[in-house]
Amino acid sequence: MATHDPVYFDYAATTPVDSRVVEVMTPFFGVLFGNPSSTHTYGQRAEAAVERARETIAGRLNCDPQEIVFTSGGSESDNLALRGAALAARERRGAYRVLISSVEHHAVSHTAQQLAGRYGFQIELIPVDSHGMADPEQLVSQLGPDVAVVSIILANNEIGTINPLAEIGSHCRRLGIPIHTDAVQAAAHMPLDVTELQVDLLSLGAHKFYGPKGVGLLFVRKDTPLWPILTGGGQEKGLRAGTENVPYIVGMAEALHWVQQEQASRNARLIPWRDRIIEETLTRIPDSRLTGHPVNRLPNHASFVFRHVDGNALLAHLDVAGYACSSGSACKTGSPEPSGVLSALGLPDEWALGSLRVSLGTHTRAEEIEGFLQILPAAVSRIREVAVL
Amino acid sequence: MTRQKTIVVAMSGGVDSAVAAALLVQQGHRVIGMMLRLWSETGQEAYNRCCTPEAMSLARRCAALLDIPFYPLDVQAPFRKTVVQYFIDGYAQGVTPNPCLLCNRHIRFGLLRQHALALGASHLATGHYARLRRSDHQPVQLLRAIDEDKDQSYILSGLSQEQLASALFPVGELTKTGVREIAEQAGLPMARRADSQDLCFITQGDYRQFLQRHAPQTMNPGPIRDPAGEIIGQHAGLAFYTIGQRRGLGIHHSQPLYVVEKDVERNALVVGQRHNLGRRQLQAAEVNWIAGEPPQDSFPAQVKIRYRAQLAAAQVTPRGHDQVNIHFDEPQRDITPGQLAVIYTEDLCLGGGIIQG
Repeated sequence: MATHDPVYFDYAATTPVDSRVVEVMTPFFGVLFGNPSSTHTYGQRAEAAVERARETIAGRLNCDPQEIVFTSGGSESDNLALRGAALAARERRGAYRVLISSVEHHAVSHTAQQLAGRYGFQIELIPVDSHGMADPEQLVSQLGPDVAVVSIILANNEIGTINPLAEIGSHCRRLGIPIHTDAVQAAAHMPLDVTELQVDLLSLGAHKFYGPKGVGLLFVRKDTPLWPILTGGGQEKGLRAGTENVPYIVGMAEALHWVQQEQASRNARLIPWRDRIIEETLTRIPDSRLTGHPVNRLPNHASFVFRHVDGNALLAHLDVAGYACSSGSACKTGSPEPSGVLSALGLPDEWALGSLRVSLGTHTRAEEIEGFLQILPAAVSRIREVAVL
Repeated sequence: MTRQKTIVVAMSGGVDSAVAAALLVQQGHRVIGMMLRLWSETGQEAYNRCCTPEAMSLARRCAALLDIPFYPLDVQAPFRKTVVQYFIDGYAQGVTPNPCLLCNRHIRFGLLRQHALALGASHLATGHYARLRRSDHQPVQLLRAIDEDKDQSYILSGLSQEQLASALFPVGELTKTGVREIAEQAGLPMARRADSQDLCFITQGDYRQFLQRHAPQTMNPGPIRDPAGEIIGQHAGLAFYTIGQRRGLGIHHSQPLYVVEKDVERNALVVGQRHNLGRRQLQAAEVNWIAGEPPQDSFPAQVKIRYRAQLAAAQVTPRGHDQVNIHFDEPQRDITPGQLAVIYTEDLCLGGGIIQG
């Protein structure tokens, strides 16, 4: 039974909004409430705030402000990138193949499936190794002029593995094939220089980096052919209609500024804790495995599978004990479907159904880690003791 | 107020378990809602009677209103392996099984109870209509609910002392009307939701269509005989008929005909007239005596031979540890092998066993 305040170990699901972010957002609900499209002073001030946010973000991404499109979040950005690039590529050059890795977030994989099922595209999966990493050489063998768009996740939400995007991107860009990456999980923990990453399209969602929910962005490299998926008033250079969500855009820029600014010191604190969780868990819990890459992984992300453990029951036990963790993908129905990502790693169901993700963040404290490591082995063994019929 | 306990409530999205949770919260206990995910049939999801997404979201909403945590527990594989398989096997053997007995024994008061205890709970509460009486150094007693019409002690009669010791039935002391009133007052979203009926895993249609999908081997046609042994028709498979059934036999006869017996060995359905139907005797096996031990001698009792049957006066004679002979004062029309015979004296449920062929 929990003897302490609940401990939040699910920063990969969402993060609390930084108080500095709340502060800069607040005026835009009140005195600065104008519509950026309006001619008058109210509108001009709102527009100035949106453009200032765009510049701040462009500075962090090392791109031109005009290459930033504001959206409602990571999922919308992924949709715009994939659907928008695929439809434009087919119109321009008749390309019909969509290449994605086998460990993409549903925002990418389900969009690709819709492109295949409803729009006549051909979807091809780029296989990953047992750590969930895509192989650039394998990708090269699948590339060709008929490929409309490639999408590879930068850092995986379920298993934390970081993909070699620069290498993948350079192959794609050499052939003029748009390369998209879902960088939603990566934003809080990695530099996001789009020149170094060699990507044409990059998705972010603010709530994963201490910004508000309901706002995100897509970086669209200049001259990347893209169709809008939300049509209307012509905002965001016609790529995303709808009145700009001014307070949230301002908040996102502030959040990205701080999360990138303070990244090195935060990562230096989180990495030893992450490694301690991994080491202790693997040592003390029989039939346990790390999922994802042992080294090239997010600094705040430890993920496991436990053989013959009901992962959802484990989450309930941990929650009752005062620790908020995840199985890796948010699912509240208790459905026993193994995660597609874990299956792609080649894990059989008896392992894949027992997944646990522990993700740390700015408010994590050392004693929380120690308290958690004291109760986790017992929680796993209690669930294993419940007789399987 | 009694000392605060940690109690897991098995929630279903229905009003009874919601009110059970509400009452325990009112009493000041630390309550945790859990919901069993028992069954989902591919292609039939929309027609499921239990654990639909709608029921799940109602239960979740109720837990939020009561400010208690809520967790689903997936038990589809063990449910299929024990409860559904038992149901199919029963029909394949020509009997009419009662899967709720097994579900309560192995799933709800089995797996879910174990998870509840592992979570640190002292009790598992459900929305069943039944009562428990606890006294020091005595076995826990199972009693019929206050609301006669809703009493569910019949399907709880297979529980062990260990299971009952950690069980709570908060709505057993209430009438259904009272339960709905409490739900209305508490603003629970399922206050007016219709009661669930029938078996939770039977989706569209009835159990016959379920068997066609899951146990086509039960569709084994054979002869319909009269009590003298004459073949007077064809049946579609013994599983499709129940003892006492009159309609749907497809036989034209001067007198109304009823199913009186299933002759599994010869795959024959025996039909007869009304006077062929009643029986005074039955034997039950696998009897669970709630007190843990069978009574010493033969005794007068009331016996229920189906969930919805009336209590019938009978003389009950235990045979050995887990068998019983029951002799009814009046002939009973639909004694059905596979169903439970549950034994009561007054309000007290003594136990029950499975009616033998």
